[in-house]
Amino acid sequence: MIKVQNLAKVFGTKRAVDGVSFSVNRGEVLGFLGPNGAGKSTTMRMITGFLPPSGGSVSVGGFDIVEHPIEAKRLMGYLPENAPAYTDMTVYGFLNFTAEIRGLRGDARKQAVSRVVDMCFLGAVLHQSVETLSKGFRHRTCFAQSIIHDPEVLVLDEPTDGLDPNQKHEVRQLIRRMGEKKAIIFSTHILEEVDAVCSRAIIIDRGRIVANGTPQELRQRSEWAGAVTLRVKGVVASAVTAKLYQVPLVKKVTVVDDKDGHVTVRAFPKSSGNGALAQAIGEAAHEWQIEQLHSEEGRLDDVFRSITMPDTAKEAA
Amino acid sequence: MNSWRNVWTITKRELAAYFTSPLAYVFIVIFLLLCGFFTFFVGGFFERQEASLVRPFFDWHPWFYLFLVPAVGMRLWAEERRVGTIELLLTMPITAWQAIVGKFLASWLFLALALALTFPVVITVNYLGRPDNGVILTAYVGSWLMAGAYLAISCITSALTRSQVVSFIISLVVCLFLILAGFPPVINVIEQVSPKLVDLVTFFSVMTHFEGFQKGVLDSRDILFFLSVIGFSLFTTSVILRTHRAG
Repeated sequence: MIKVQNLAKVFGTKRAVDGVSFSVNRGEVLGFLGPNGAGKSTTMRMITGFLPPSGGSVSVGGFDIVEHPIEAKRLMGYLPENAPAYTDMTVYGFLNFTAEIRGLRGDARKQAVSRVVDMCFLGAVLHQSVETLSKGFRHRTCFAQSIIHDPEVLVLDEPTDGLDPNQKHEVRQLIRRMGEKKAIIFSTHILEEVDAVCSRAIIIDRGRIVANGTPQELRQRSEWAGAVTLRVKGVVASAVTAKLYQVPLVKKVTVVDDKDGHVTVRAFPKSSGNGALAQAIGEAAHEWQIEQLHSEEGRLDDVFRSITMPDTAKEAA
Repeated sequence: MNSWRNVWTITKRELAAYFTSPLAYVFIVIFLLLCGFFTFFVGGFFERQEASLVRPFFDWHPWFYLFLVPAVGMRLWAEERRVGTIELLLTMPITAWQAIVGKFLASWLFLALALALTFPVVITVNYLGRPDNGVILTAYVGSWLMAGAYLAISCITSALTRSQVVSFIISLVVCLFLILAGFPPVINVIEQVSPKLVDLVTFFSVMTHFEGFQKGVLDSRDILFFLSVIGFSLFTTSVILRTHRAG
């Protein structure tokens, strides 16, 4: 549904977006990750036709956003960053306006408005002016606007920003449900969201795509992927590490915690993957009193950090 | 047909926005008070002893508009940019033109309403004497067209900035130039410098073109002048909006 090819945007001398290409199909939820200022919002603004690209092309449902903007925009719903809404209008008035401008009239419009009001839990504030809304409600009002015409393509710029944990959960559920039939792109800072919602994730840094894959694949790139954490009782830390270094699969062992006779260590494998390491360590440690033994799946925030700021990530490790 | 429906949707929203804030009411009250005060006290409506609205009433309009029209037009784009709703508006399936025209039309209709509310003056003059109502009508049309020209200029300045205050001041200055280019004391000075320039300068003045309407003459050149100022200004607005986005 969305096809982005070699997209670029230059602001003055700064290349905000530099040769980004990807595509999103129906039934896919693409998570867009990256540090602040990486070019996420700029990319989304170009996809939705707000900013004209300096190079490359975007097509939505087969319509080029520059050549056929109206047709492409019709297929899209867009939640801009910070969820702007006309502050002088009531929630009802605002949704009515956006429905009307999306070409919905009469009964179709009424139905569309009441549908999104239910979906986004706006019933309580329906006749309140947008100006007086709390951030969470304003955010959901703008979100409601983006799905009012039940679009095939959704572009959401930080849809869970500023929501409380319950609301975040609701919005994630909503995105995941809608993602079954639509093509959705959403950006976020929150990595757990990627796990919860996305079928695929892209990490973008300094205007370029630096990683692209399923959350699972990305996690595999983590140093942590396949690492095994072991907690034993009544053994000295040095003895534990010495013993674990003898296990052939182990690359590195670090002591996480050593307190009151309880030692926690973490062993990193030479090659990430299957549970072979956990098994080997379990065997090596069989004479100790094991309190805990589990293998890590890899951490997205780790991958994120090592990809977007390689220097500091090494220092921290 | 569809495009006019989009324009009308925008116009309705903008008009509603005027009336949900106190600005609209304040504007109308100030405008009517000014009209009344200047017509009857400063303009010497009664002292003139003639059944005409031209000198005591319509003569002041270019000056009223100087302050009031930029105040009406200043929020059109500046507010959209400040709040960020421009991003919503321009990613809707409408063209930038439909948005520009819709917004302009809303403000222009609003000014028409303000102007229409001066009707007691017309009733007064009809009650006291036998004025030429044809002249009054053309003068109203001219006044509205002139307000449209000011408004279109305010659209440009509003698109230029996020700040309504800056927009107000710039459009006031630009409109002041359009008035002064036809203001007798200024023309006299220009005439002393170079008599050839006078025609050129006065051609750009709203005063010169409003003059005809006040005499009851619907000159196509005057109408065309105001309409082309509006057209040109709205076009400039679209260029500015596009440049902003081009980065």
